Amino acid sequence: MLQYVIRRLLWSFVMVMLVVMVVFLIFFVLPGGTGRKEDGRASPVAVMMAGRNPRPELVKNIEERLGLDRPVYVQFGRYVWNALHGDLGYSYQSQIDVREAVFHRLPATASLAFGASIVWLLIGIPIGIISALKRRSLLDRGSMLFALIGVSMPTFWLGLIAIFYFDSNLNVYSVGDYASITDNPAQWFATMWLPWLVLAVTFAAFYTRMVRGNMLEVQSEDYIRTARAKGLKERSVIRHILRSALTPVVTMYGLDLGILLGGAIITERIFNIPGIGLLAVDAISSSDLPIILGTTLFAAMFVILANLIVDVVYASLDPRVRYS
Amino acid sequence: MSTETLLEVKDLRVHFPTGDGLVKAVDGLSFTVDRGDTFGIVGESGSGKSVTNLTALGLTDRNAANITGEVLFKGRDLLKLGKEDLRKIRGKEMAMIFQDPFSCLHPFYRVGDQIVEAILCHDKIPKKQAEQRTYDLLGAVGIPKPKERFRDFPHQYSGGMRQRAMIAMAMAHNPDLLIADEPTTALDVTVQAQILDLIERVKTEFDIGVILITHDLGVVSEVANKVMVMYAGRAVEMGTRDEVFGNPQHPYTWGLLESIPHVDHKGSKLVPIEGAPPSLIRTPNGCSFHPRCPHRFDPCDKDDPEIKDRGAGHPDACHLSAAEKTRVWAERQAPRTKAAS
Repeated sequence: MLQYVIRRLLWSFVMVMLVVMVVFLIFFVLPGGTGRKEDGRASPVAVMMAGRNPRPELVKNIEERLGLDRPVYVQFGRYVWNALHGDLGYSYQSQIDVREAVFHRLPATASLAFGASIVWLLIGIPIGIISALKRRSLLDRGSMLFALIGVSMPTFWLGLIAIFYFDSNLNVYSVGDYASITDNPAQWFATMWLPWLVLAVTFAAFYTRMVRGNMLEVQSEDYIRTARAKGLKERSVIRHILRSALTPVVTMYGLDLGILLGGAIITERIFNIPGIGLLAVDAISSSDLPIILGTTLFAAMFVILANLIVDVVYASLDPRVRYS
Repeated sequence: MSTETLLEVKDLRVHFPTGDGLVKAVDGLSFTVDRGDTFGIVGESGSGKSVTNLTALGLTDRNAANITGEVLFKGRDLLKLGKEDLRKIRGKEMAMIFQDPFSCLHPFYRVGDQIVEAILCHDKIPKKQAEQRTYDLLGAVGIPKPKERFRDFPHQYSGGMRQRAMIAMAMAHNPDLLIADEPTTALDVTVQAQILDLIERVKTEFDIGVILITHDLGVVSEVANKVMVMYAGRAVEMGTRDEVFGNPQHPYTWGLLESIPHVDHKGSKLVPIEGAPPSLIRTPNGCSFHPRCPHRFDPCDKDDPEIKDRGAGHPDACHLSAAEKTRVWAERQAPRTKAAS
């Protein structure tokens, strides 16, 4: 098992390197790219940083300081080397430490991701279970309709409608007053509940359908017939069904959470939550390569780490799975 | 020696209304099983063998099926019992093992725990005591090192061991009746024999009745003392093993007997039964076997033959006269015996 985890971690390192390399290349190769220098013209970033009507020496100076005058592979190598030492560079725009910037934004993103995930689990799993147990009932059809609507509504649309209704109409919510949970818990909750609900709707719909589908599949398994044949009470039979039907949900949940921790870009943008997603969006619009790389790096690590944790947890849930 | 009737099925009908029409899975079936019997039920897939027994156990969805008739188990009509009363009988007085031992145990629970659970759901005894009983049961069905194998998960067992574990689970409460639904079909031939031996041994030791459902006449001829041949939801022939195998009366039984491969009949051709089992929604008029029967004559497509003793000493459902049957069967046998000699 330990050997398996170590091997997976090594592969994770390779994966993260590949991701960083791709992002690096995109921002160098594409027109208007950060470090792109065309025949003797100055790097756009250096020009931008130098301010209005700069002297050529200043631009050159900046290029040298940031290493923008060096070939791409040297810049990449230097970035990786520094990153391995925990240094992700400084923002071109605000000059702040990238690692600190990401860490600073992490609590907001984590609040959103964990909060929303609790909401969708609390909605999705019970409804899915009841739907499967009361198959073809009015309740089942109703929740399947809810699920269909839920998966069909895009977050950006639902988010805007929700803001329009709860902020402009009812005045029970106000956008953009995020406070961290440690500073002002009441304020934190007041700004987070609506984004949680909006983000959770799609996921809840998806989880409802998955749990219901799994339950129905497991219900017709031979070992459930065995459970009935040996005279178990219906309550115990349902426990047997859930044990199999909910195991894949753990996998799903881990992966979804991993993706969201890398930044729920749309939700953060709509509700103006200062999380990693918003940081990334702002960085892209201002060609702030170090921040773009930093957020991507963290997002990739979250996804890869979530995958690893899910696989390890799965081995303890399903006795048939053994890693060697 | 007086025999005790365990199960008496009277004119059982299990009909499933579906979008395409009424599926008559079981259509007027009567039989009795006594203590000490190994009652073989033989028939092709879809002949109603399994549905009959799942219905007896109360495992057929009563909302999805129209069930009529009587299933008397030790005098009580199971079809009239409520869900909770049936549950108390299932696994306690009447137990069942199934065809595919690979899928019959819950993959996420330890084998031992699944048996302990079966014990505890009917007997309120301390868990330690149930575990001890499970060790004994696993040992009794021939699982080596029961204490260690108790903690294994099903995937760590072989197919034969899983079926042994299923038998151990079924015998946890000394039931009166064990229903074995194709218990050997999914197993290797050598393991098949061991499992059949085990079922026989269990039957004698615990003095119970066994219903053995199979499509394999070879299996039935080895262990059953009574045989019922089913076709399209009905019994077409019924009797002791010697009656049915020594003096078969129904053309369908003949077909089944001829399609058994014999190692010693090298060179003789296997004779398949022409055609396929009928749709249970639109069963043929008259005898439901007549479209596939090479000996059909005038009344076969009009009159539905009831199952009764037609002069052979045991009941069958074929319009041919007993003398005619003896002649035809001897004729059909002739080329095979010749090829064998």
